[in-house]
Amino acid sequence: MSAVGVAHEHGHEQEHAHGAHGHHQQSFMQKYVFSTDHKMIGMQFLFTTLLMLMVGGALALGVRWQLAFPWTNMPIFGPLFANAGGQISPEFYTMLFTMHATVMIFLVVIPVLAGAFGNFLIPLMIGADDMAFPVLNMLSYWFMIPAIACFGMSFVYGGAAAGWTSYPLLSELRVAAPSSGPAQTYWLLGVTFVGVSSMMGSVNYMTTIINMRAPGMTLFRMPLTIWGMFITAILQAFALPVLTAAGFMLLFDRFAFGGWLEGIHTVFFTPAGIVVNNAAPTVGGGQPLLWQHLFWFYSHPAVYIMLLPAMGMTSDMLACMCRKPIFGYKPMVYSMSAIAGLGFIVWGHHMFTSGMNPALGMTFMVSTVMIALPSAVKVFNWIGTIWGGRLQFNTVTLHCIAFVSMFIVGGLSGIFMAAVPVDIYIHDTYIIVAHFHYVVFGTTMFGVFGAIQFWFPKMFGRKMNESVGKWHFLLTYIGFNGAFFPMHMLGIAGFPRRYADPYIHPYLEHLLPLNQFITISAMIMGFAQFLLLGNFVISIFNGQKAGRNPWNANGLEWSAPSPPGHGNFDIPPVCYRGPYEYSNPNRADQDFWMQTDPNRGPKKPAEVVAHGHT
Amino acid sequence: MRKFWCAFFVFSPIVAIIYSIISSMVPSLGWWFPGASVTELGQRIDNLFYLILYIITAVFIGTQVAMGYVLWRASRSKDERSWFSHGSHSLEVIWSVVPSVILLFLALYQMDVWALFRVQAYFPKEAREAPVAEVTARQFEWRIRYPAPGKKLQLKPQSDDLYDVNDLHVPINRPVMIQLRSEDVQHSFFLPHLRVKQDAVPGQIIPIWFKAERQGIFDLTCAELCGWGHYKMRAQLTAEREAEYEAYLKKLQADQNYDGHATPSAVAKKDE
Repeated sequence: MSAVGVAHEHGHEQEHAHGAHGHHQQSFMQKYVFSTDHKMIGMQFLFTTLLMLMVGGALALGVRWQLAFPWTNMPIFGPLFANAGGQISPEFYTMLFTMHATVMIFLVVIPVLAGAFGNFLIPLMIGADDMAFPVLNMLSYWFMIPAIACFGMSFVYGGAAAGWTSYPLLSELRVAAPSSGPAQTYWLLGVTFVGVSSMMGSVNYMTTIINMRAPGMTLFRMPLTIWGMFITAILQAFALPVLTAAGFMLLFDRFAFGGWLEGIHTVFFTPAGIVVNNAAPTVGGGQPLLWQHLFWFYSHPAVYIMLLPAMGMTSDMLACMCRKPIFGYKPMVYSMSAIAGLGFIVWGHHMFTSGMNPALGMTFMVSTVMIALPSAVKVFNWIGTIWGGRLQFNTVTLHCIAFVSMFIVGGLSGIFMAAVPVDIYIHDTYIIVAHFHYVVFGTTMFGVFGAIQFWFPKMFGRKMNESVGKWHFLLTYIGFNGAFFPMHMLGIAGFPRRYADPYIHPYLEHLLPLNQFITISAMIMGFAQFLLLGNFVISIFNGQKAGRNPWNANGLEWSAPSPPGHGNFDIPPVCYRGPYEYSNPNRADQDFWMQTDPNRGPKKPAEVVAHGHT
Repeated sequence: MRKFWCAFFVFSPIVAIIYSIISSMVPSLGWWFPGASVTELGQRIDNLFYLILYIITAVFIGTQVAMGYVLWRASRSKDERSWFSHGSHSLEVIWSVVPSVILLFLALYQMDVWALFRVQAYFPKEAREAPVAEVTARQFEWRIRYPAPGKKLQLKPQSDDLYDVNDLHVPINRPVMIQLRSEDVQHSFFLPHLRVKQDAVPGQIIPIWFKAERQGIFDLTCAELCGWGHYKMRAQLTAEREAEYEAYLKKLQADQNYDGHATPSAVAKKDE
């Protein structure tokens, strides 16, 4: 295989280079700030996203406060932010949920998966000494900073307040949302910067995974984490340009230049004769639905960008914790690919009630319903992985089980949304909110929390505290389900999203107590994250020391020192088998069989032929 | 600890199911649909909802039981080693084919209701030919334009059109069609008790139809973020008998034609 050969040569070259590198001292700036080392960049992403997780969580608690105790003074944050004497004004509320979604999606979930774990794990798991393009990699982190700055500026100007979907004309005509003025422009720029960052990462991950695998690391010997990252990178490469283009179209629609630049004021999304707030009628011939198509063409695949890497990581963790090969490795790979492929033709299910051609509704319904199939296959395979295993209930296992369990709930509730007639009623109600939080928080974030615990020893050479980890899990799980499960019922009762005060509507009045319960649960969940942060920071310095392979896992990353030095591997790794050879009967002395282990087992080839090449 | 965690992961789906059963069985809690649907089409939507609900409940219970079982087995395993298995081809085939048949059936089974709700060719003819009103959403209210009694709704406003705000009157027991527009940003016309929802898109006129089968005043709300006052777009749908509906239009006409001299009722008389 030529790819392997190239990787081999490349690896050697790099190894020599690092031999030379090792002697000269890197400055602090080179090592910790403008680092080109994929591990440091991954950790930079991880720290940033954990910080942003707290910011996004605080915004969510603001939303929850208003829904549970409308028009009362907000504790802690009240004096800081609100312009109505500590109360949450409707403008402020609109900003809160817009920025909550923005921060969580663009600054937490996408970068924590692709940025933090993608960066940290890809070279280590495929046996490369760094990414293919280290400088590009560094830039992909540093493009997050202007993105965060732009979202910060957006806050300064009062916060974008057109929802994270930013549907025009609300997001386009300044008069339509007077409070959002420059905030919306900064928001669009911020999204563009995130896009540039993701695109740099995506190019890098694809190149690295295709070209830099260690000798013997064939595609079907890659851990599912790498498959998840690989498919995610492809998704990003194909979907992101559409969002970036749409963002620029909206920017040009928003700009009102004078002088010779006047011609730049476009009307992609503006129809003619629209009168907003008694302003002069618009001139145009655009179509607001165009934005929805372009936006969801990116943002639906983005849902899988927010999910597939976590699916991969959980598969790896679950196999290790059950001491058992993953059940159906190839079906797992194929179903991830199917999710990615189908993910491109389901975007219209966000638009069933939008007024697009009803025939499209039918086609999108079929594709959307069918995407439940690969998801179901994955769930069955995870259960199959636990089946007959020897399970140890550590924090990692708990998070993995929660991941599967929450994904079942989130996946099943998605079928309601896929069915167009039912979606007529539940569209834009809280059942949608429940559904995507079960997927994006319940599934992805439990996967991420597990992954933090699992790969922490590789990052810092120490383990995280188990009992604090379990308390964090317990409180997050209870708080999460207490907060989001009742939202299904709110949705069935017709409770719309994005209402600053739903209780002025007679049919929603009685739902206040249920919302108060949800808010209290959300607070438990929110404050439980301090346990994670505390555990994380303290364990960096005081955790129990871990060796190279504290979990007795199989992956290449566990053959490197903990933490790995610059260049990752002290011995250039060679891959001899698939990543899931746990409890292989041909290996009598231990229940794991590392991918780098040259010991080929006894010469009775029956088992090896049957399973060795999966 | 093993027992605790096994029980924990078995216990939480049980709580979820009990909670769901209570929500659906005790209407006084108000944690379920806001009453039976006022339209027949809405009832069919509810039936589709229940069909999906039954299927996914079965799948939910099945997967959670399977998960609880494998967890319990795996945590109590006395074997020295796990079962060494890379999977089972026949199981993969079974659990790919069976769900795909169910899912495909679910998707195809929904088509009829969707076509009736949304495809204009399937709208009831009487509704399609004489739309009763034009509803224009704007920040943050619903403006309603009726044709004068005995006339047909025209695309452009007519001098004798009748106007009202935030109160849409429709006759019961016959299908009615409404032309939905937006004056500024995007809104969504949501009648929760009728299971009707349709976005109002600037620059487009979108027809919607429904047939209210019960008298009453029902909530009309906005379901698409339209600005800071999104939550305030509170309005109502008044579904009433044909005679009351006509009387309402007459009164609207009389009020609108009131010139400040005669008593409004006299104007109404003159018109007749």
